[in-house]
Amino acid sequence: MVDVTPADAVPPAEVAEMELYHPHSWWTKYVFSQDAKVIAIQYSATATAIGLVALVLSWMMRLQLGFPGTFDFITPEAYYQFITMHGMIMVIYLLTALFLGGFGNYLIPLMVGARDMVFPYVNMLSYWIYLLAVLVLVSSFFAPGGPTGAGWTLYPPQAIMTGTPGGQDWGIILMLVSLILFIIGFTMGGLNYVVTVLQARTRGMTLMRLPLTVWGIFTATVMALLAFPALFVACVMMLFDRALGTSFFMPAIVEMGEQLQHGGGSPILFQHLFWFFGHPEVYIVALPAFGIVSDLISTHARKNIFGYRMMVWAIVGIGALSFVVWAHHMYVSGMHPYFGFFFATTTLIIAVPTAIKVYNWVLTLWRGDIHLTVPMLFALAFIVTFVNGGLTGLFLGNVVVDVPLSDTMFVVAHFHMVMGVAPILVIFGAIYHWYPKVTGRMLNEAMGQFHFWVTFLGAYLIFFPMHYLGLMGVPRRYNELTDMTMMTESAHDLNSFISIMAFLVGFAQIVFLFNLIWSIRHGREAGGNPWRATTLEWQTPETPPAHGNFGKELPIVYRWAYDYSVPGAKEDFIPQNVPGSFGSSREPA
Amino acid sequence: MSVILVFLLVIAGFAGWWLSHQRLMAKPWLEQGAIGDIIGLEGSALPTAKIGLGVFLAVVGCLFALFTSAYFMRMALSDWQALPLPRVLWFNTGVLVLSSVALQCASVAARRGQIDTVRLGLVTAGLTALGFLIGQLVAWRELTADGYLLTANPANSFFYLITGMHGLHILGGLVGLSRTTAGAWNGTPPERLRLSVELCAMYWHFLLFVWLAIFALLAGWAATFIEICRQLLT
Repeated sequence: MVDVTPADAVPPAEVAEMELYHPHSWWTKYVFSQDAKVIAIQYSATATAIGLVALVLSWMMRLQLGFPGTFDFITPEAYYQFITMHGMIMVIYLLTALFLGGFGNYLIPLMVGARDMVFPYVNMLSYWIYLLAVLVLVSSFFAPGGPTGAGWTLYPPQAIMTGTPGGQDWGIILMLVSLILFIIGFTMGGLNYVVTVLQARTRGMTLMRLPLTVWGIFTATVMALLAFPALFVACVMMLFDRALGTSFFMPAIVEMGEQLQHGGGSPILFQHLFWFFGHPEVYIVALPAFGIVSDLISTHARKNIFGYRMMVWAIVGIGALSFVVWAHHMYVSGMHPYFGFFFATTTLIIAVPTAIKVYNWVLTLWRGDIHLTVPMLFALAFIVTFVNGGLTGLFLGNVVVDVPLSDTMFVVAHFHMVMGVAPILVIFGAIYHWYPKVTGRMLNEAMGQFHFWVTFLGAYLIFFPMHYLGLMGVPRRYNELTDMTMMTESAHDLNSFISIMAFLVGFAQIVFLFNLIWSIRHGREAGGNPWRATTLEWQTPETPPAHGNFGKELPIVYRWAYDYSVPGAKEDFIPQNVPGSFGSSREPA
Repeated sequence: MSVILVFLLVIAGFAGWWLSHQRLMAKPWLEQGAIGDIIGLEGSALPTAKIGLGVFLAVVGCLFALFTSAYFMRMALSDWQALPLPRVLWFNTGVLVLSSVALQCASVAARRGQIDTVRLGLVTAGLTALGFLIGQLVAWRELTADGYLLTANPANSFFYLITGMHGLHILGGLVGLSRTTAGAWNGTPPERLRLSVELCAMYWHFLLFVWLAIFALLAGWAATFIEICRQLLT
């Protein structure tokens, strides 16, 4: 045990001050800004905007599924285009960009006590390339033939053939180019997030004193840097197949009675590359959510996080394990049984560190002073939802169960619960939590409560029935069920019910957006630290933090991030930059 | 996918080694005070830019490891016909080695503050790297002239794809190198010049290493090597 005496006589900071870029005009201050906080807001706004497009696309799908044959403009082709773009936008352009580009940029420098990211210019470039990727993606809606309808997994050979919307038009090409751009842009940002955590931590901020939010984002970024190249390789090779006529993935194939010039390629090769990226992607989205939720729960239950070390190890462990489970997405591709056995085993093993995290969250709540604020409600809802989605994951991780369920709505319900609803709940919680720091004002509480309850209950009303439909054998990817004999009579109306719930939840988000804008001017003044939290971002001299974050001197860190309700201390929280020893009676946790 | 898994294992080993020096067993809830002073857990003493480049090179390495994995998986299918490697590739390899050596000399000279040698080294490296790229284009021309077209066979497709991807990375490096070279004439402070020369050298050595690996792969030696390993193991 290292119990360092109160460090009142610490020599001045030895962490080298970084040279800050100082903007000279409105343009370089707000548009081509190199300040991570501005870049974070740019990332978040862009991701939210494109996410709204994806939300509307999901409405279109639900219109068709709930009321088939009613809407003429939703042709089968259009339905597949909606599905594809909805999935791709939500997973990559919304969730990945918002968690890493948005929260990563805002929180990493502030939480580790840095003035800014270590390579601000590259950071700025990262956002603009991301924006370009989004614009290329959007442009495919206006291209001849429309966007690609290959499904978000873009499996060849169908993705680049005539029958698939956009397959022989511009759709698939724009999609691939957009993904390649996104990966280039992300790599630039990712380098910043990783190296900032490695190199720019303020004095006293050891790795084991980092808030779990930073651990989550840091590990997710490392994973993303190693996983996105697989998608990059897959995209480049598919682009070659489509545009130049090579046969990396394309087998010999007859299309409309005509032998194509391709031959010999392996669609399975694409699936390996895609899922080598695709599975870590699940955790690239989940790990930042894990981290953020840990901090929300600890702050709003006024209690230190239970098992901090175990939480860190679990994050690192999940990150490493997630690279050896990818083939569980391919059980139905006809793989060798032992291969499937191996991947089923690794998949079930990953449940161990994940379960440790869930236990630790629950034990943090145990006998805590729980404040049911809006961020806390979202955090609690996340735990429940994540456990739900995780449990169905245990079903699908087993080969024998996965094979019959693989092409049903059960899978749709599973992955929406675990990587759709759960991370989005954390994003909402995090926005309610950090909005006061970003704007200096609180979000409206009443609107927040309304938004929470409609979103939370509504999401369950949408996705719980889908599990049931899936178990009855309702297939996914079908735009219309002409034969409903596999369903019990009482379930025939379920699809319309799900659709109506989807519209309700979607409309509730308008209240949230209104709240975001309304509160900038009319919200209650927040002050510097409205949640009475310990981490460094709440200790800045100004709110919102000015360029350079911490005024004249960087803070010095004397303690971990979770000193809540310390016995003997005057207040129920001790910020990380407050020196001195309190509560000698503290027992080791 | 075994190549990429081995690559990631190396990265994981490195990450694990680094993490093991970060006191992951610490009990932060019992520790107060500015302990960073005592135990020295601040960021590494290496310049931040070098660590940034190191992380980037790991990503680039990952990219080429994935291409290699895809190459081996595609190679196992029946329509694969290896293509004869143009002789000019040997010459190109020599030129790229020269380029790397020149940058190493420049980096040593920068440490000693011999600005003339630095300039000479930078220019030589730039010209030889350009020479390498031209040599690669010559190799492409030879292959297409002999009828080994991009779409004729997956082996050809991979050859153009992987050499092209490597060439693009050299091209990107040349942008950085030309900025450094311009700085060597325009009076960049010696400390900054030294750092940027060292960064260029690091990038160049890495791309040389990648080229040697790809060369072995495209020539078929890598496959033979793996075959021998497999036989030894079984």
